[in-house]
Amino acid sequence: MNYIPNTDADRQAMLAKIGVADVDALFRDIPEEFRHPQYQLPPALSEMEALRELDALSARNDDVTRRPIFLGAGAYYHFIPSVVPALLRSEFATAYTPYQPEISQGTLQAHFEFQSMIVALTGMEAAIVSHYDGATAAAEAVTMALKATSEGHSRIVVSPTLHPQYRAVIRTYLEGLPLTVVGDDVAPGDLDALAGLVDETTACVVVANPDFLGRLYSPTEMQALADRVHQGRGLFVVSVDPISLGLFQPPGAYGADVVTGEGQPLGNPLSFGGPYLGLFATRMQYVRKSAGRIVGETTDSEGQRGYVLTLNTREQHIRREKASSNICSNQALNATAAAIYLACMGKQGLRKVAELCYHKAHYAATQLGKLPGYAVKAEGAFFKEFVLRCPRPVAEINQRLLQEYDIVGGYDLGQDYPALAGHMLVCVTEMNTRAEIDRLVNALQAIAEKG
Amino acid sequence: MLEQLLSELSHPGRSAASLPETDVPATPLPHGFLRDDLPLPELSELEVVRHYTHLSHLNFTVDIGFYPLGSCTMKYNPKVDDVAASLPGFVNLHPLQPAESTQGAMALMLNLQRLLSEIGGFAATSLLPAAGAQGELTGILMMRKYLYDRGETQRNLVLVPDSAHGTNPATTAMSGLKVMQIPSDLRGNVDLEALRTLVAEHGSRLIGLMLTNPNTLGLFDEHLREVLALVHDAGGLVYGDGANLNALLGKVKPGEMGFDVMHFNLHKTFATPHGGGGPGAGTVSASAALADYLPGPIVGEADGTLQWVMPAHSIGRMKSFYGNFSVLVHAYTYIRMLGADGLRAVSENAVLNANYLQARVKEILPVPYGDRLCMHEFVAQGNIPGAPGVHTLDIAKRIIDFGMHPPTIYFPLIVPEALMIEPTETEDKETLDYFADTLAKIAEEARTNPDLLHTAPHNAPLHRLDEVKAARSPKLCDTGCTPTTHAPERKEDGRRAA
Repeated sequence: MNYIPNTDADRQAMLAKIGVADVDALFRDIPEEFRHPQYQLPPALSEMEALRELDALSARNDDVTRRPIFLGAGAYYHFIPSVVPALLRSEFATAYTPYQPEISQGTLQAHFEFQSMIVALTGMEAAIVSHYDGATAAAEAVTMALKATSEGHSRIVVSPTLHPQYRAVIRTYLEGLPLTVVGDDVAPGDLDALAGLVDETTACVVVANPDFLGRLYSPTEMQALADRVHQGRGLFVVSVDPISLGLFQPPGAYGADVVTGEGQPLGNPLSFGGPYLGLFATRMQYVRKSAGRIVGETTDSEGQRGYVLTLNTREQHIRREKASSNICSNQALNATAAAIYLACMGKQGLRKVAELCYHKAHYAATQLGKLPGYAVKAEGAFFKEFVLRCPRPVAEINQRLLQEYDIVGGYDLGQDYPALAGHMLVCVTEMNTRAEIDRLVNALQAIAEKG
Repeated sequence: MLEQLLSELSHPGRSAASLPETDVPATPLPHGFLRDDLPLPELSELEVVRHYTHLSHLNFTVDIGFYPLGSCTMKYNPKVDDVAASLPGFVNLHPLQPAESTQGAMALMLNLQRLLSEIGGFAATSLLPAAGAQGELTGILMMRKYLYDRGETQRNLVLVPDSAHGTNPATTAMSGLKVMQIPSDLRGNVDLEALRTLVAEHGSRLIGLMLTNPNTLGLFDEHLREVLALVHDAGGLVYGDGANLNALLGKVKPGEMGFDVMHFNLHKTFATPHGGGGPGAGTVSASAALADYLPGPIVGEADGTLQWVMPAHSIGRMKSFYGNFSVLVHAYTYIRMLGADGLRAVSENAVLNANYLQARVKEILPVPYGDRLCMHEFVAQGNIPGAPGVHTLDIAKRIIDFGMHPPTIYFPLIVPEALMIEPTETEDKETLDYFADTLAKIAEEARTNPDLLHTAPHNAPLHRLDEVKAARSPKLCDTGCTPTTHAPERKEDGRRAA
């Protein structure tokens, strides 16, 4: 099956109009010795055969809807209302970038509303449609800070408890640029030590709240760090879990200049790591330095309200090497899904999701903290993730949890933080029932006892 | 107004959220942390459903009609690919689960890495990059690291033809390197003489060349071997921008011709839905020499099980986790269904359709390189003989009235009043004829009643939108969503503090 409608008769008529004898003649600009390569590919499949193969591949994975999962670490299993996938209609899915606004108002208005809801959630003044994910959104915030601060601001302070993969992506994006990136050696959770790294050349400080270890910093602590950053005329970048903002103060309330984050928890499935969406919101004064598509309101020639892509002069298709970034395609459909999710959850629903996560995670921490051999290492407040010290290597515990108890365990922190070898990052969301949490507690107890 | 905004539809007290009561004892919320107000809309479920259904009706899409948007390859997106990507073992899989519990997804990725390497004629592929532009950045970072590892740290220049997508120079600038533009010759190729001069002068400082081939004029470079040899002889590398791969399937393997690194846009060539501007996937393939520089992790095989592997000299991570996985599932399903013959037929018919349409359009509009055969797309000019006041924008907006999406306009920049037309292989001859007949009709209108074009579209949900106003005084957010700053605290029980 190749979805091609042309018949032989069509082809003959078309070739006659073009004035060539056969289709091969159309490819004569390709050097002869390279033309007509052989493909070593498996034989083509019919639709039912393809589905059979794909279904078999799908079935070889341990689907998290069929077993409890306590794994987060940047990708989260949250409830997705049925209306979200139902409304991701082909009219949203099979359109391209809304370059012709008169026939793209669906995408444009949905994204204008998305921007508005992200602004509401973060306490910022403007939001772009999306970056690729939470990691590249953080990297683009750093790039923007370098452009938005004056010359000589070349120091980047990154919290050691920003997601390790985000820190890796920031390093990749900045490779080869004349910059200093510091922060890796600071003790996790020590905002004062981070503030101590800020100087008059600092372009930005990037901090996660809640951080990768689950810790939630108070608005007062965050404001103090923001003040220090602003003293040096740098930008304060805060990476968030958007679900936490259903309950907790938005970064706009404690001095953030840019809010980034992974938008996946908003109505997008786990999908083995992607496609997700990078949230990016900032203050109006920085919008023109930001990267990525933005929708603005305007009117048509009859005075009717409508929406268009705007501030295009920041973008590569207009500005080429002077653009704020090379980004073109983003994660538009994921942003549409996030908008539908937020419209569904609304004022009351999002707060309730956040409360359920909070209470269930704290119940789990209390129960796990009572287990002999285990200890909860939560300094200060936390939201839905916390650190659990374990009596055996985390990889071994996770393997046994999966094989013997059919539970997906938490994240092995020793992979990224050598000092946290033997520590598990446990994630609990509204999807985990009390029975599941109790099952985890019993399983971990049994694993510790059996040795 | 076509459809009210969410904030205008909102009524305090309504909700579309169906959530359980908590089944665990409540823990006091931390004092001093809580937000006072959450200004999100409040709608019933039916209101949400109607709102987004109404909005969806305001979009023009591939499923509705002809979408000849040049360089975007708006072909049909097979529904079976959506079904495959929605299978529960793919959708509900956490990226950090133990590898033993994700072997099926990893097998799909390993297979896709191999299929794409084979199709491109490359040694290895990374599925990580999220979009074409990210693939470009990946490629440039790989090329630089490869050269610097060989001690050639004086190299800091990247050559980009003047016909290139804006992403090419933007990528170069983003990586801190310097862009040098190469002009095109009269037949739309890279100007060989200009390239020779640049290479002679700057050869030892070259990282290499970024080349889209076929280029954005829809032309296969007639001196491709010489172009590649000039760059390679100077010690530089050649990056292939795969945006136009839909012309080459089964016809040539770019890796065999000498491209060192190349990205593929799976959302173009391999038919994954564009989603209103994403998500895409910009997978990157590399020659044997550069394979160890690919970003990771990628899937490898050891002792019969699949594992995550970081290539030996990897540039590192380009994004979190492993790539836009569900886009990869779409593309994999597509490639498996087409097979070698199907893929060849894709390019043969894409190129046939484009040449047929070019033959018809050049009877109506100037086609600056119309004396050449095109590949999968071609560029016309919106200068209608006898209608001097009519511009490309007017023609594009009038095309909307006939139930079609306009071509890409005002790009490439080297063709004034450009209309870049890419019909794709999934369109039939009747559709191409309707487009050409419509264009002829519009040209006639331009001569007899140009106002009809200046005021177009007439049959769209809205009339022409004021983009200047939008940019001059940007309104980027619904005023119903006012930012919450320094809000009064709530007490732990949720009541407002006195």
